[in-house]
Amino acid sequence: MKFRSLAILILWALALLSVSLLQNNYAMRTATMIAMFSTLAYSWNFIGGLAGYPSFSTAAFFGLGCYVGALGQVHGLSIPSAWFLAVIVVGAFSAAIGGILLRLRGHYFAVGSIAIVELCRLLITSIPGLTGGGSGLNVPLVRWSPDAVGLLFLVVMVTLFIMVGLVTQVVQRSRLGFGLRCINQNEDAAEMVGINTTAYKIVAYVLSAIFCGAVGAAYASWTGYIDPNEAFNSLMSIKVPVMALLGGAGTLLGPAVGSVIFILLEEVAWSNFLEWNHAIVGLVVVVLVFCLPNGLLRLNFSNILTLKPARRIWERV
Amino acid sequence: MNSLLKVEGLTRTFAGVVAVHSVSFDVAAGEIIGVIGPNGAGKTTLVNLITGVLRPTSGTIIFNHEDVTGQRPMQAARRGMSRTFQIVQPFPQMTVIENVMAGSLFAGAAQDMPAAEQEALECLRLVGLEHVASKSASSLGLASRKRLELAKSLASKPKLLMLDEVNAGLNSGEIDGALALIRNIAERGITILIIEHLMKVVMSLSQRLLVLHHGELIADGDPKAIIKDKRVIEAYLGPKFAARAEGYANAQ
Repeated sequence: MKFRSLAILILWALALLSVSLLQNNYAMRTATMIAMFSTLAYSWNFIGGLAGYPSFSTAAFFGLGCYVGALGQVHGLSIPSAWFLAVIVVGAFSAAIGGILLRLRGHYFAVGSIAIVELCRLLITSIPGLTGGGSGLNVPLVRWSPDAVGLLFLVVMVTLFIMVGLVTQVVQRSRLGFGLRCINQNEDAAEMVGINTTAYKIVAYVLSAIFCGAVGAAYASWTGYIDPNEAFNSLMSIKVPVMALLGGAGTLLGPAVGSVIFILLEEVAWSNFLEWNHAIVGLVVVVLVFCLPNGLLRLNFSNILTLKPARRIWERV
Repeated sequence: MNSLLKVEGLTRTFAGVVAVHSVSFDVAAGEIIGVIGPNGAGKTTLVNLITGVLRPTSGTIIFNHEDVTGQRPMQAARRGMSRTFQIVQPFPQMTVIENVMAGSLFAGAAQDMPAAEQEALECLRLVGLEHVASKSASSLGLASRKRLELAKSLASKPKLLMLDEVNAGLNSGEIDGALALIRNIAERGITILIIEHLMKVVMSLSQRLLVLHHGELIADGDPKAIIKDKRVIEAYLGPKFAARAEGYANAQ
């Protein structure tokens, strides 16, 4: 059991990479998006799944990563150093914001974390001299053949996905992961047994931010153009937790499973029902969340066969 | 006398209501001290102040010759001040042993998970819960949950253990078991401060008794003398019935 989920994760990453053999641009792009959103879902899992804090700041970290990476490249940094800078800045930003925001709990924290996305969007829009404001920012393109560029960013996103998967694995088995699970279940009791709850929550929040920053910076280099509305899209802040919850928050494979299902669903809805795609995806998500309150991976298949109602985690003893 | 805990002029007000008023006392290492008082006397507030859940409005708390006034609960736990809650606070979805491991891993001596597991198992054995170690904490009944709470505290290797009504809601058989357990813990050299309503428990365990009433410490001393103290009887019964009880005792 110990390394089974890790092995599955790596096999899955290899499968995503092998999509490049199909020589199909659409498939490549979809595989890249799956790797990208899986990384975001795993990032969210640190704060949302393990610590149990419903964070909606994914888009803030992603957007900030986009802009720091893009600005770094515009001002002459090489691609790797621009991405690295994005990770550092987003990490520092999340630590500072987390110190304030993580004093709130439950719904209050959720609302506060959404506000961070809007705050970042307004800030970036309001300094057109540096960021191009509402008209966006052009990022220097990678001057390779389109196929090579496509492959490069597939490899980059899959690498980030493997990295976040490994960190998840390590955290879950460590003191940190154990402490976060305690905080998730009873924060007062966690403090009482000697867990430095403030520090643990901030570490979880920073972990949830840095991979978003890296993904954002890579995304900006990939698309070559970013604007505030795309970078700080609050829909992303909702999609990512939904993916993690769909698969099973707090589990090792849940976020990967959830993001694949969600993205494929979205693609099917896009290509077949152009006008209704959002409504259809929304409806499917509502149905899934109602029927599978604990995510696909916590599904008890024998219950389906015997038609027992799904029980919530906290009722299961 | 080697003083482990020294509380001086401890006061806490909640928006004008004085919950604890200028309370001072000393606890020597190795003592078992009972804290009694009517409902709302400020007993739990006192424990909350000592463990840092609440900040005192004024006064100082010295633990092990160190000023710990205004510490965080997590610091209290790491310094060796552990407490159980009147309303039990388990991590419900974790197993019983994981609950106890949390104590030894974060406040106790355990350096890694296997060491924590070993220590947790010993604590569970001590409180008699080793047979349910791998069950989820939410599956336990009240008596077992109180024992779990105790095991969790013990795993943090406390110097001072504060028990907030660990026996409330237990039947008399369970109470006898709990009494033996608390004596066993005291024999290991752990100083115990026990808040209790059940006089059977208080009288059979405590070497010294503190009585709180309206947030003030009205008596501190030998249990047998204290339960005859006029002010203590008045605090529980009111002056009218206290006088009547005195008359009744004299007539006998």
